[in-house]
Amino acid sequence: MRRDPVCGMTVGEGSLLTVDGYPEYGFCSDMCRHRFNADPSRYLGPADAGAPEAAPGAESATRTAVMTVRAPSVQLSLTGMTCASCVTTIERALHEVPGVLEARVNFASEEATVEMASGVEVERLISAITDAGYGARPLAEGSDDDAEQAGRRKLYRSLLHKFWFAAVVSLPVIYFSYPELFPGVPEKGSAALNLIWGAMAVSTLAVMAWSGSQFFTGAWAAFRHRSANMNTLIAVGISAAWLYSTVALLFPGFFPEARLRDVFFDVTAVVTALVVLGSALEIRARARTSEALKKLIGLQAKTARVIRDGLEIEIPVSQVVVDDVVIVRPGDKIPVDGVVVAGVSAVDESMVTGESMPVEKSEGASVIGATINQTGFFRFRATRVGRDTMLAQIVQMVRDAQGSKAPIQRTVDKVSGYFAPAVMITAIATFMVWFSFGPSPATVFAVITAVTVLVIACPCALGLATPTSLMVGIGKGAEHGILIKSGDALETAHRIDTVVLDKTGTVTRGKPALTDVVVIGGFTEDEVLALAASAETGSEHPLGDAIVKGASSRNLDVLDPEDFEATPGHGISARVGTRFVVLGNRKFMADRGVAAGEADPVVERLADEGKTAMVVAVDGSLAGVLAVADTVKEDSVAAIRSLHDLRLEVVMITGDNRRTADAIARQVGIDRVLAEVLPEDKANQVKLLQAEGRVVAMVGDGINDAPALAQADVGMAMGTGTDVAMESGDITLVKGSLTGIVTAIALSKATIRNVHQNLVGALAYNTLGIPIAAGVLYPFFGLLLSPILAGAAMAFSSVTVVSNANRLRGWRGPAPKEARA
Amino acid sequence: MIKVLVDIIGLGAIGAIVWYFWLSRRQGTAATVGAGGVQEAFILVKGGYSPDTVRVASGSPVRLMFNRQEADPCSERVVIDAFGVSADLPEGDTVPVEFTPTQPGEFEFACQMGMLRGKLIVT
Repeated sequence: MRRDPVCGMTVGEGSLLTVDGYPEYGFCSDMCRHRFNADPSRYLGPADAGAPEAAPGAESATRTAVMTVRAPSVQLSLTGMTCASCVTTIERALHEVPGVLEARVNFASEEATVEMASGVEVERLISAITDAGYGARPLAEGSDDDAEQAGRRKLYRSLLHKFWFAAVVSLPVIYFSYPELFPGVPEKGSAALNLIWGAMAVSTLAVMAWSGSQFFTGAWAAFRHRSANMNTLIAVGISAAWLYSTVALLFPGFFPEARLRDVFFDVTAVVTALVVLGSALEIRARARTSEALKKLIGLQAKTARVIRDGLEIEIPVSQVVVDDVVIVRPGDKIPVDGVVVAGVSAVDESMVTGESMPVEKSEGASVIGATINQTGFFRFRATRVGRDTMLAQIVQMVRDAQGSKAPIQRTVDKVSGYFAPAVMITAIATFMVWFSFGPSPATVFAVITAVTVLVIACPCALGLATPTSLMVGIGKGAEHGILIKSGDALETAHRIDTVVLDKTGTVTRGKPALTDVVVIGGFTEDEVLALAASAETGSEHPLGDAIVKGASSRNLDVLDPEDFEATPGHGISARVGTRFVVLGNRKFMADRGVAAGEADPVVERLADEGKTAMVVAVDGSLAGVLAVADTVKEDSVAAIRSLHDLRLEVVMITGDNRRTADAIARQVGIDRVLAEVLPEDKANQVKLLQAEGRVVAMVGDGINDAPALAQADVGMAMGTGTDVAMESGDITLVKGSLTGIVTAIALSKATIRNVHQNLVGALAYNTLGIPIAAGVLYPFFGLLLSPILAGAAMAFSSVTVVSNANRLRGWRGPAPKEARA
Repeated sequence: MIKVLVDIIGLGAIGAIVWYFWLSRRQGTAATVGAGGVQEAFILVKGGYSPDTVRVASGSPVRLMFNRQEADPCSERVVIDAFGVSADLPEGDTVPVEFTPTQPGEFEFACQMGMLRGKLIVT
């Protein structure tokens, strides 16, 4: 076995490729061998066995991730701590491990956070803790959720068991409750029926005590905290029905008339069964509302192949530390975030960015953990691990946002705080009215209507309406590469009527590219471009770089120039083969004695289009004009058209001069341009728009956009931009495309529509249901609601709300618009 | 006669509900000041928050340690809207929640659905 010095893979002798002069090395592929041949010294540094150095500038390429890079740190879950002094013991033990910079132990959460120099192995930390007499294991991402799920499953199963018990008891109880309805039931008032009813009293008490136990414990816990909830209402309702029935059975003398001696054991048993079943179904449905988050967590790779001490080993992803060199093979999931140090491949990033096309990666490119490598082999240096990775931060952001409140919910919360006690008061009032004014037997009617009021009211439906839709909506956003920071942002987004777009990096790519090659004289376009690109090879100017890239995209041969000379701000000259090439502005040409008058109209036209034009002369005579410009992202036009279709006013804001700004605006179809705006004035411009009564979304990517992002009603940051912009934004468009704005607004509309449906449904249910239960229809139509029906309605109203929220899971996003010419 | 008695009992019960759930006020538990001036309070989450009223002073950091002792999903998250806090409470774990109140006032902490509620009194 030999190690490939380029990619670090261990290669078997059978499939080995070698290079003359370096018999000790083997290569996994022609690509690695070729790279090695090109520059062996690069891979044979003093730390020969280690990783090749990252390309210069690789660090700055890591722009897509969300937060700052810290010293490598791991989190450990601890066991065996009994008192606060254990904290000091464990911290001391950790500090004694060489390379540990900082160790903090949290007694409450039983976790240790250890910061360390790279290269310290987690096993050493764990053994240090074990030696001190405690237990430790790496804190696995998502382990909390597994425990949470297990807890839910247990609760669900136990509720189902409780339901079956209540249901089985309910059947005979219903049968024997209606002697006048069912045949074979002993006559009312007979000793036999009284005996059966006695048995029913006992069995329904068992149903209350076991199947309905959570109503009573829940009600008691709430009562102690001076609050009331669904449990209180159900507990009071079913126990009132049971108590009345039992008193009627045991003390028949208490009632003046024999026909008052009715029993409602069936109400107790059936309502308990239904509400327990409803709770079980609700738990199941609610687990689905956080499915998107679980899917995100599930994206995390389990293991990583890293190079340690020159050997390729497979380790759990939690043990990867910053600066580890990770090997990725075709089809592998990339375990953590990093920067490619060797190799070329295409990576499917759709799960994180929503971008469906694979993204090319080569040396210096940043890779995101949890994305999937497709074609090639490559190695990368880990830059963010554990809870710092982009995925972990997305998960955290989604989790936080899902728990945040939408403004609409704050109103609902105020109502729901008064809801349950108000229902109890209504029930008492109902009892009093029926008892005083109701038909005979008044007591029976009073008990039945009061119990029905208690049982039909559903504060849960009201409480669940907003948060469940928000959970699903925000999760859905993450699936589409749209990270919504709060319920506030999600709710405000549906009211947006004006979208302000920053030009550079948002509408455009933010990098100059070659746009035009105009030939003058007898040259062909390819000749002019090849010569200009060759001359520019030595230049480090971004415009030169754009020309070189333009040439290579046309597969032109670029030669190495000689006698390269640059005059900053004006132009360059160089000898390419036998030709002498001069490239620059018109003044530069005049200085070099080139007659460039013929180029004037072309240069003017290109400048009008907002492009930077450069004149090319070959061997002292004019050869053509090249234009370089910041180009529009290919989906900007379609996205802006979709925004117009949504009847939104689109405004572009830029520090550029009006000519350039107008040229870009024309290309993408923007009608209002705010040009020559100083960076510090962007927020003011947003404020001015807001003063016109507009609800403004600001979309930007740079540090200079941050104040405007914060000022806007909704700030949307491009995921390809700076961390500062993302911190200031309310919504991050991970993919960095304007189509994300359309998706975000559409998602907001869909979610808020869903919330409204839920709220209207829950409010209508309660405001109609409670009076009907109280018997307002009785004087007019002789209609009275059965408490059993009320129980069924209540049990399924909250399930309905959650199920309606779950309908959002099927949301597919706005239909993609074709760019119409 | 009986009707009058029922009405009196009914009105009494309504009055008791109004007083107990809405009008009565509780002192609450004062947070203890730990190392570094952090005001700490341990809150048990089981069918409600115990204690459900916590008193802290404004201007210095507060650490509320929530310990959820039930599987009921209603209480799986605690939200303190005023301080932008939203924390998952895995069953059995103690989850510290930290923030610094800068102004006196009464702030609510509640479950996500607003069914369980507690109050933070900042003085």
